[in-house]
Amino acid sequence: MTTLVDRKHLLTSVEMAHFVSHGSVALNAVVPDSLNERATEVLDTGIPGHPYGTPLDVVFPVGSFVRELLDLPAVAGAVQSLVGPNPVIDHHAVHIRPPHGGEAQNMHGDAILDTRTDVFDVQLMYYPREVTLEQGGTLSVPGTHLRRINQTGIGRYQNLAGQTRLTCPAGTVVLLHHGIWHGGRRNDSDQPRYMFKIRFNPTVRQLRLWNTDDIDDPAVRAELRTGFGWTNANEGRLELVNRARMWRFLTGDELFDIDYYLTRETIRPTHLAPGATDVRLGSGRSGDGWGL
Amino acid sequence: MTPTLAPALSVEDSFAVPSATPNLRQQLLVLYLGTSALDSDVIGWSRYDGTGRSRPTMGDSDEPPYATGLAALLDGWRLIQMSQLLTHERGHEYDTAYLPYEFIFERLVDLTA
Repeated sequence: MTTLVDRKHLLTSVEMAHFVSHGSVALNAVVPDSLNERATEVLDTGIPGHPYGTPLDVVFPVGSFVRELLDLPAVAGAVQSLVGPNPVIDHHAVHIRPPHGGEAQNMHGDAILDTRTDVFDVQLMYYPREVTLEQGGTLSVPGTHLRRINQTGIGRYQNLAGQTRLTCPAGTVVLLHHGIWHGGRRNDSDQPRYMFKIRFNPTVRQLRLWNTDDIDDPAVRAELRTGFGWTNANEGRLELVNRARMWRFLTGDELFDIDYYLTRETIRPTHLAPGATDVRLGSGRSGDGWGL
Repeated sequence: MTPTLAPALSVEDSFAVPSATPNLRQQLLVLYLGTSALDSDVIGWSRYDGTGRSRPTMGDSDEPPYATGLAALLDGWRLIQMSQLLTHERGHEYDTAYLPYEFIFERLVDLTA
């Protein structure tokens, strides 16, 4: 992770646009079985914690299992595309939900209300084993990551139209925007569910970190405009504004817009039209316009 | 000035008096709609069961119990609260946060039925 990843392994612009609209990008079965088979033993043993903001090289030194995972070209490329080279580790955690164990969490956003409107952290979730519906994989609500809520303040929301329950093949890595609304579900299967999470903080400006060769692909805009069940009415257009702002931040293109919303609000002409010359206006001492 | 009468019971004793409707329990349905109109589409939903006979949880269904808020009324649910329409704070007009159009319904269920 201390060296730049080959450009061919970075996310494309279409994939970045997908992350901007959905708040996540999934790399299905990207981890080889040889690593997945070793993972459960490593996760059962536990992975030592570190202070917040410790360099990746310190937390996961070369030769460690997690470093092997993070150095897989597709994983390294996706992480670098989102948070850049040399991110620091916010924290990491092993989540093992036993068979028939646990209760569904209330819906929440991780940590607390985050006041940042542009910079974002990324949470990597690695699933070394297949996750079935019965195992109660994480429920998340695509497109909610840009809404400013405080952790379980959304706990009253049990179901939102467009929500997804994660099911995935073994060796899947999912990268999430820190703000996405989600919750763990009860494991109703006979198998334990394994997940390893790492939160990354960027150390560089998150500007054009991915492979931008396809920046003009019409699929970029199509991804940015993706609607979900819960965005079908009033809230959807406001989310397009949020996404346009995030795309401006990521690309540095301050004129980028979706449906003219951010552009229209800047239309505030100040020069006078030639016909606007009636000197009587505003000249009365009483300030009551035509009362001359 | 009206003289203050001493309460006949302590708060604990008064609240321990048997309910006049001991067999009725409240079921709550919370619907989040696409707009402030009660007949707009349901975009989120939650249920709480005062009978204790079921335990609705996060992620328990992908399809809403009703397509609109009005459909819940037509099925006998009683609307007991709807969210206010709040002025947008200047400078924060585009901010998005909690879902703004919340409607809370109830119905009473007879445990002996």
